[in-house]
Amino acid sequence: MTAEEMKNYRVSDYRRILQKGDISPRELVKIFLERCSQWEPFINAFLHLDAERVLRQAEEMEKFPPADEELPQLFGIPVAVKDNICVSGIPTTCGSHILENYVSPYEATVVQRLRRAGAIIFGKTNLDQFAMGSSTESSVFGATRNPLDLSRVPGGSSGGSAAAVASLEVPLAIGSDTGGSVRQPAAFCGVVGVRPTYGRVSRYGVVSFASSLDQVGPLSRFVSDAALLAQVLSGEDPLDSTCAPYPPFSTSDIPSYEETRKMRLGIPREYFSSGVDRSISEEVASAVEKLAKEGFDVIEISLPHTDFALEAYYLVALAEASSNLARFDGVLYGKRAQGVKTLMEMYHRTRIEGFGNEVKRRIMLGTYALSSGYYDEFYLKGMKVRTLVRQDFEKAYEACDILLTPSSPCFPFKLGEKISDPYQMYLTDILTVPSAMAGLPSLSLNCANRDGLPVGLQVIAGPFREDRMFGLALFLEELLSVEPPIPAVPDVKEGDDE
Amino acid sequence: MNNLKITIGLEVHCQLSTRAKMFCRCGTDYIGKGPNSLTCPVCLGLPGSLPVLNQRVLDLALQLALALGCRILPKVVFHRKNYFYPDLPKGYQVSQYDYPIGVNGSIDYALQGQRKSVRIKRVHVEEDAGKLVHEGMALMPDQSGVDFNRSGIPLAEIVTEPDIRSPEEARECLMMFRSLVRYLEVSDGNMEEGSLRCDANISLSRNPGEMGVKVEVKNMNSFRSVYRALSFEVERQKVLLHEGKEISQETRHWDEIKHVTVSSRGKEEAEDYRYFPDPDLLPFSIDEASLMNIREKLPELPLERKERFMLEYELTESEAGVLVSSKMLADFFEECLKELNKPKTVCNWITTEVLRNLKNLGKNINQSEITPKAFTELLRMIEKKEISGTIAKSVLEEMFTSGMNAREVISKRGISFISSEKELENIVVDVIENNPQSVADYLGGKQKAFNFLVGQVMRQTRGQASPEMVKNVLYKQLSAGG
Ligand SMILES: [Zn+2]
Repeated sequence: MTAEEMKNYRVSDYRRILQKGDISPRELVKIFLERCSQWEPFINAFLHLDAERVLRQAEEMEKFPPADEELPQLFGIPVAVKDNICVSGIPTTCGSHILENYVSPYEATVVQRLRRAGAIIFGKTNLDQFAMGSSTESSVFGATRNPLDLSRVPGGSSGGSAAAVASLEVPLAIGSDTGGSVRQPAAFCGVVGVRPTYGRVSRYGVVSFASSLDQVGPLSRFVSDAALLAQVLSGEDPLDSTCAPYPPFSTSDIPSYEETRKMRLGIPREYFSSGVDRSISEEVASAVEKLAKEGFDVIEISLPHTDFALEAYYLVALAEASSNLARFDGVLYGKRAQGVKTLMEMYHRTRIEGFGNEVKRRIMLGTYALSSGYYDEFYLKGMKVRTLVRQDFEKAYEACDILLTPSSPCFPFKLGEKISDPYQMYLTDILTVPSAMAGLPSLSLNCANRDGLPVGLQVIAGPFREDRMFGLALFLEELLSVEPPIPAVPDVKEGDDE
Repeated sequence: MNNLKITIGLEVHCQLSTRAKMFCRCGTDYIGKGPNSLTCPVCLGLPGSLPVLNQRVLDLALQLALALGCRILPKVVFHRKNYFYPDLPKGYQVSQYDYPIGVNGSIDYALQGQRKSVRIKRVHVEEDAGKLVHEGMALMPDQSGVDFNRSGIPLAEIVTEPDIRSPEEARECLMMFRSLVRYLEVSDGNMEEGSLRCDANISLSRNPGEMGVKVEVKNMNSFRSVYRALSFEVERQKVLLHEGKEISQETRHWDEIKHVTVSSRGKEEAEDYRYFPDPDLLPFSIDEASLMNIREKLPELPLERKERFMLEYELTESEAGVLVSSKMLADFFEECLKELNKPKTVCNWITTEVLRNLKNLGKNINQSEITPKAFTELLRMIEKKEISGTIAKSVLEEMFTSGMNAREVISKRGISFISSEKELENIVVDVIENNPQSVADYLGGKQKAFNFLVGQVMRQTRGQASPEMVKNVLYKQLSAGG
């Protein structure tokens, strides 16, 4: 069996062949490891991939096979983990120099949940340094490339996870989404990316960027797999008090097609403004039209504070980041500058050498936003706008059940195109930031391909209504029948067409 | 110059007596533990770790704030105080800012019989930092280390208004504060071990209507050093004002050895801590029911108890003061009264003999073997003249060390105590026969001779008879014989 033959496999299919004994866990991971060795030289999706470790996990599973009826949900399924999520025993670098050799002594709750569900922790994926970026170019270990077009970025910051899933190096991955870091790369790579409701998934063991916004979410090739992964990841955690004390999301809550059809769809006009690439607006509008033909109630609505959300997001997120990243001071762990004479010098040199430019820029902006005399004008104002953005959504959900928007205002751009223009880079998050500010569950799925590049459609639901979000996404996936990507492995000579 | 107005405000930190730290489950009993043996990803601030509030911290802080008569704020909000220091693993301290636990309370204490009151500005909770270790680094003798055992231990910070008028008052107020936290059992209030810490602001002004320049005094590690440091500051500032010099607004450290305060930083610009609400700890409201519950369970506070003891048991202020200095001792006293309703006697014995024994053993009353029942049994034996006070003292000492009760000690020592006059008669008759000269002297009117005879009888009985009884029997025999 080859990966190409498995391009339309869902987790349930892997489960079936594993259960029947058509393939062993070890054989299955070998297929994906082989796939990685073909793709990695071109895309650099993984920062840490230890084949022996992966095989050992599969071997363990063969040694102690669970009874059929107890087969855990993700038994034997490789899952890649973004490198800002702690996995014990292997590095957690956040794509930075300062944590280059850092190995966490403990494991994130989400990783433990994956293991309990039988998943194979496959490796750690590339990201923008400390998840700060939208292109996965700011990793000190080199950029990740988009498997659909190697000259383009995979989006970010979870670009490594999105690229790994798009190239089928792994069937599933997890990333973290602060302002769009799962959904935007999913859109750029033509896969499914989910940001759960804030508080749905534990953040314990996820290196914080902006605590009030960070949320771990699945990336997959199919909506049903993302839903399954969301089920495994979600649920209360006694180690994270921002994690909601609700029962975990369950795929059995997802409404049937009949029920889904009754949902009222809101189309916020601000998301189709001039800042959005016209081809993208067109494709999303055409998908909406198809839904209308299926009998869905489609309502045009307005989210009036959308235009202020991005600025407010940067004030709030960077303020939190400036504080969250203070711990990287060279005292207890991570890289410490050498040859320094005073404590102050150690702090300065360690952070100058340890952080990249974008991280430094964000720490400085965030520090400024919290400084005495500026707090009210910046941080507090950002928080007030955040409330307004949330209220926009609350009002919208009185009139409809689901919002549909484009996921990204632009197609995947070329490497280097925006890296020197931070504001242009920030603008790529403009459609994913508002729902993150409101803490809402949002999902991006591929609704079309234009000139070989994918178009992401965003499904936004009310708080803790992942059931509706997945329900509609499943319906759309079936309706649009856009196949998941299976790009051909590039020739050794880079730049040639497939 | 003599009319200088002294204004002092205190900032007190006390370690709250919880078993686990404020945001993780590590233990708090760090005394004598190896460096960094009480740590975990949370209190080390490792990447990805998150705080979860130990509810007990809130309970204790509420008790404290309520006992200080504070208004409790309806919402609990934690802020981050951002600054860099090697003992601060996250680069910020979780503390409280514009939403403390309680505000506008007061603490009352008595000084020379006068009741005084100091307003409390606020009570808030925060986490402690680690501790820098500069000596004894075996592997790297030229480097400093950090011990994070203390990191994340819950502290309550109490800030008073500048209502204190003298170093004596400051010391008394702080002592009352200690007995309050001990009463509430929210902290062990031990200044030497650092579970109670105090900084002070002090200013002197010629004009009673205004405050002078504020000087902050730190590093005062005992009640005595609080008194000494503030007294030093009063004198230092008096001299400056007298010479017409300016007092600079600064922080000064008390030097325990040289007995002076030393300026620690100059007119450095105020540090910007960039306080903001900690997004890892969501604000929550305090529910009225649990607040009521805590309020109802508050014990009687030391000052009230002292005044009640004076009134109800007719004790002097100093007697009552000693008893209520510790809740355990005052509880012990009142337990004893249930067994033996003689407040004065019980008080005398507790404030002298019991405290002396406890001091020798280095224990508090609850750690000792003595129970109110056993103790009052001993007192009752004295009452009934079954043993003398002298014997009782040594019996009590052994009760403390061995844990036996009075009767066990007595029978172990083979003391058969003389409890009836009949038993004494033979000895008295003997003494009279063997000391004819003294008998003659007594009968001749020399009172001293009687005392000599009493001494002789006591010696014969090896102290096992009460002097009262000896005198009685001797008098009767001498009268009968004469
Ligand atoms: Zn701990």
